[in-house]
Amino acid sequence: MGTPAGTSGSFSLPEGHTLLSGRRLETIEVAHETFGTLDAGGGNAILICHALSGDSHVASGPDASGQPRAGWWGDIVGPGRAVDTDRYFVVCANVLGGCSGTTGPGSTDPATGEPYALRFPLVTIEDMADVFATLLDALGIDRLLAVAGGSMGGMQALAFAQRYPKRCASVLAIATTWRLGAQAIAFNEVGRTAILGDPAFKGGDYYESGQPGHGLAIARMIGHITYLSDDSMREKFGRRLREREEHAFEFVSEFEVESYLAYQGRKFVERFDANTYLYMTKAMDYFDLSAGFPTLADAVADIDARFLVLSFSSDWLFPTYQSRELVDALQSAGAEVSFAEIESPYGHDAFLLEPVEQARFVAPFLASVCADELAKRAGEAA
Amino acid sequence: MTAAQFLRSDLRFIGGLVPEGSRVLDLGCGSGELLAYLRDERGCRVRGVELTPEGIAASIARGLSVVQDDLDRGLAGFPDGSFDVVILSQTLQIVRNPALVLREMLRVGSSGILSFPNFGNWRVRGYLAFRGRMPVSRSIPHSWYDTPNIHHTTIKDFRDFVQANGGVVVREMPLAPDISGAGIHAVRFAANLRAELAVAIVTSDRSAPDQPPNHTIA
Repeated sequence: MGTPAGTSGSFSLPEGHTLLSGRRLETIEVAHETFGTLDAGGGNAILICHALSGDSHVASGPDASGQPRAGWWGDIVGPGRAVDTDRYFVVCANVLGGCSGTTGPGSTDPATGEPYALRFPLVTIEDMADVFATLLDALGIDRLLAVAGGSMGGMQALAFAQRYPKRCASVLAIATTWRLGAQAIAFNEVGRTAILGDPAFKGGDYYESGQPGHGLAIARMIGHITYLSDDSMREKFGRRLREREEHAFEFVSEFEVESYLAYQGRKFVERFDANTYLYMTKAMDYFDLSAGFPTLADAVADIDARFLVLSFSSDWLFPTYQSRELVDALQSAGAEVSFAEIESPYGHDAFLLEPVEQARFVAPFLASVCADELAKRAGEAA
Repeated sequence: MTAAQFLRSDLRFIGGLVPEGSRVLDLGCGSGELLAYLRDERGCRVRGVELTPEGIAASIARGLSVVQDDLDRGLAGFPDGSFDVVILSQTLQIVRNPALVLREMLRVGSSGILSFPNFGNWRVRGYLAFRGRMPVSRSIPHSWYDTPNIHHTTIKDFRDFVQANGGVVVREMPLAPDISGAGIHAVRFAANLRAELAVAIVTSDRSAPDQPPNHTIA
């Protein structure tokens, strides 16, 4: 069976949306893509949530502009992959507050006709999940086979499961956490400080004059350092110099690691909105799955879903101990949870770079959840 | 083909000891054979702990919930009394801290079922006594220098070990492989000498019924 090409579209929330903070957005556009075919019963849908700098283009193929582009999880999601789009219907949407088609600080405020900039309300991970739920309503999906995500996407998956416990049969939380620790918040704050301190930032109203590119690039450089590991940096760059044999004795980019970071910073400025970076990192800092509950176990007690939690041994940004805390809480609550720590030298980036190791768990997990759901539906029909 | 037909003979024996409908935790569950059998054939609510990625992936493929953990770190993720039966099959001898593992089993479960190779078996004794070499046998198949079995015990020692850690052996089942090798049978007398492996049911001494073990040990 051939997989239909991915479809991309934009959906407007019909009645606006009230955020967790109480503030309202009267118009929200949600840019999303789908891959595969939705079953007649709607039972094969998987929502995948993207990370900080991701977008709706989770699998490879033509993107919203019609150009072929590699998906950010293209080795995991696609025909014959672990998340097999010949079998499952995959939905991925740009998050609320994002800059890849969904309403965010760079969008036009209908009240003023100007970009929102910092007048855009602070959004939370929970708000992102709520918007996804409304999108699923519009797509005719009552219950997901799975909600999945890595890093910030994993937070959204957890938030979705907590807020819509009957709407997902399973949760895949990969290289993620139930709340950030001080170290991760600290790195986010350094990134934000770099952006806020860039003279080009202008209180966020830079859409005419151009991005605070210097600050945003620094934020991205710091981000990249935290996504790697000592091992992966040593292997990837060592102390090698780029395009020279000897030190320049000048403050120029010399080491390969320097030019790598500079390149990543430059590339990011071309495609990502600095205000969105501020909003996303703040949303991550605020996220705490246990907020409002006596314990984390209480916070997950109502989620009637099977969990697959994966962490990576060298990930020091979303460390394994935080995944274990989540797993322990799920176990205390009596949930069905499987967990593995994948050995990898690639740090936090491993969730993008280790498709085979993840597929080994993801593929059988989805297959067994799918079999259970089919049996359950058959039982209900009988 | 049912799960039972695939089951290793000692696992099948252990499976038969688990009351129907129990909440079961299998420590070192491997590819999840026993848990799948208990779920499918005995209506149990099952969970597993496993160290190897291969075992976890195979267990997930059977639809089981299995978490990666090192038993030597205890079972901190599991609340007290959350299981009826905790199983430790052929694993006691490979953990670094058997006492911790046993105490944790008795904390999270009402009862534990443990199986272990019996170092008191006559072949093992004979190997050391007559050959003067560290024993290698069917149930202890490794040389001393590359064995995962770092804590050998005999059926007698095992009972002392359980008592010293706040437990009571409520039932001991000394076993030996059938001549055909296809199954296992109970050893009726001189068990510590004749059994190649043993299966024991233990409880914490708070919850133990007031009765002695039902076998005479050589």
